[in-house]
Amino acid sequence: MFAAVVVLFAIAFLFPVYWMVTGAMKSPDEVARTPPTLAPKEWHLSGYSDAWELMELPRHLWNTVVQAAGAWLFQLVFCTAAAYALSRLKPAFGKVILGGILATLMVPAQALVVPKYLTVADLPLVHTSLLNDPLAIWLPAVANAFNLYLLKRFFDQLPRDVLEAAEIDGAGKLRTLWSIVLPMSRPVLGVVSIFALVAVWQDFLWPLMVFSDTGKQPISVALVQLSQNIQLTVLIAAMVIASIPMVALFLVFQRHIIAGISAGSTKG
Amino acid sequence: MIAFQKYTPGSSPEWVGTANFTRVLHDPEFTAAWRNTLTFTLLALLIGFAVPFLLALVLNELRHAKAFFRVVVYLPVMIPPVVSALLWKWFYDPGAGLANEALRFLHLPTSNWSNGADTALVSLVAVATWANMGGTVLIYLAALQSIPGELYEAAELDGASLLQRIRHVTIPQTRFVILMLMLLQIIATMQVFTEPFVITGGGPENATVTVLYLIYKYAFLYNDFGGACALSVMLLVLLGAFSALYLRLTRSGEDDA
Repeated sequence: MFAAVVVLFAIAFLFPVYWMVTGAMKSPDEVARTPPTLAPKEWHLSGYSDAWELMELPRHLWNTVVQAAGAWLFQLVFCTAAAYALSRLKPAFGKVILGGILATLMVPAQALVVPKYLTVADLPLVHTSLLNDPLAIWLPAVANAFNLYLLKRFFDQLPRDVLEAAEIDGAGKLRTLWSIVLPMSRPVLGVVSIFALVAVWQDFLWPLMVFSDTGKQPISVALVQLSQNIQLTVLIAAMVIASIPMVALFLVFQRHIIAGISAGSTKG
Repeated sequence: MIAFQKYTPGSSPEWVGTANFTRVLHDPEFTAAWRNTLTFTLLALLIGFAVPFLLALVLNELRHAKAFFRVVVYLPVMIPPVVSALLWKWFYDPGAGLANEALRFLHLPTSNWSNGADTALVSLVAVATWANMGGTVLIYLAALQSIPGELYEAAELDGASLLQRIRHVTIPQTRFVILMLMLLQIIATMQVFTEPFVITGGGPENATVTVLYLIYKYAFLYNDFGGACALSVMLLVLLGAFSALYLRLTRSGEDDA
């Protein structure tokens, strides 16, 4: 009885994924057949190759990679710099600034997409539009209070004597950051990196608004836009391909990701 | 700010006071969108609490393959939301969809799923739960493992049944985590967009138009950014209240620890 429940749950999670991967390998007739076949009668790989070519997946995947990598780099550089400044350099009004940044945590991101869109469409002061430009993903990504807070808390807990030793050895603030703080912060930087990449890859509403130019759309937007008039097997194959990078990332880093989430509950 | 202006891109904004708010309030879709969003949130809260909590309870009893099941449970979370939405749209297909096939296999009457006005919203909640519950399960699991074993032993000695043990030991011990996750879930599900946009397009008969979807429609279909911003302000105020509550609770939780 107990085992049955466990198996049932496993099926509920895995079967849809199995159905997707094999569905893409069925022939177009077979996929629409009732009752459906559990495994493809003949295994076709043409669904995958058609998706790759017809839906221009390389281009959309590349767009996604560029957007995700840029957002990751921007976040890493600016959030680290800001967190280090707030944690170690202790500027005047640092508390007020941190309070202000944390206050943005309370603001739900999605509710603000329209004002954000208008800001990006006509950037204040310089009056240029970032629509259809990966910068529209990169710049808002920097304003990530959660990552900043995570980094600052970690920097706060670094042992004081190591940093003082570096200072005595004549290392400047930047030198300390580069050769002492960053190497010691590898775990937290890893967490921030994964969050940053996953967030961009999974996002849908924001890229949907910003990229009206089909050639620049990331994979998530392109999938939905193309889903209307494409053969079902090809669409399913494209869905599988779109999932592979994130699932691979997850399988490689699953220990860290799962430990990170589980630890989050006890610390709040 | 723009909520109080007449704003169309390209022309200079004009102050219109609360006209945007009154216009939005009189839109028949407005009531539908809020009703749908609140129903969605409520359903997601019930299902999104009960299923992951039960699952965590079951997984917690497992002796073997715990790590494997953790990966399995979290896998859908890593699948891009657009993909899971499209996947379930295919399952919900009334003809050759997997959902109706399963019902036929069990000799049950078939359903219209996301294509029926009264079943559409529930169908979307099921998708959202499937796609997002991994994180919740992992957090509940961690919370369950932090409950001291003596409590259960004591309860067992007192002759408590399994249900009584869950009722009097498990739930009180994890009360704080449950509350936290519920608040987070309210904040997240009130901003639901991808599932209704991809699966139902807001239909049938506006049964799945959500507030965020309506904001999107105002901005990009009606080109009415003032109206969209007015709606955003309303959503923002409501969600801001929940976020403030969440932050206060986490603060006090940290003080306790």
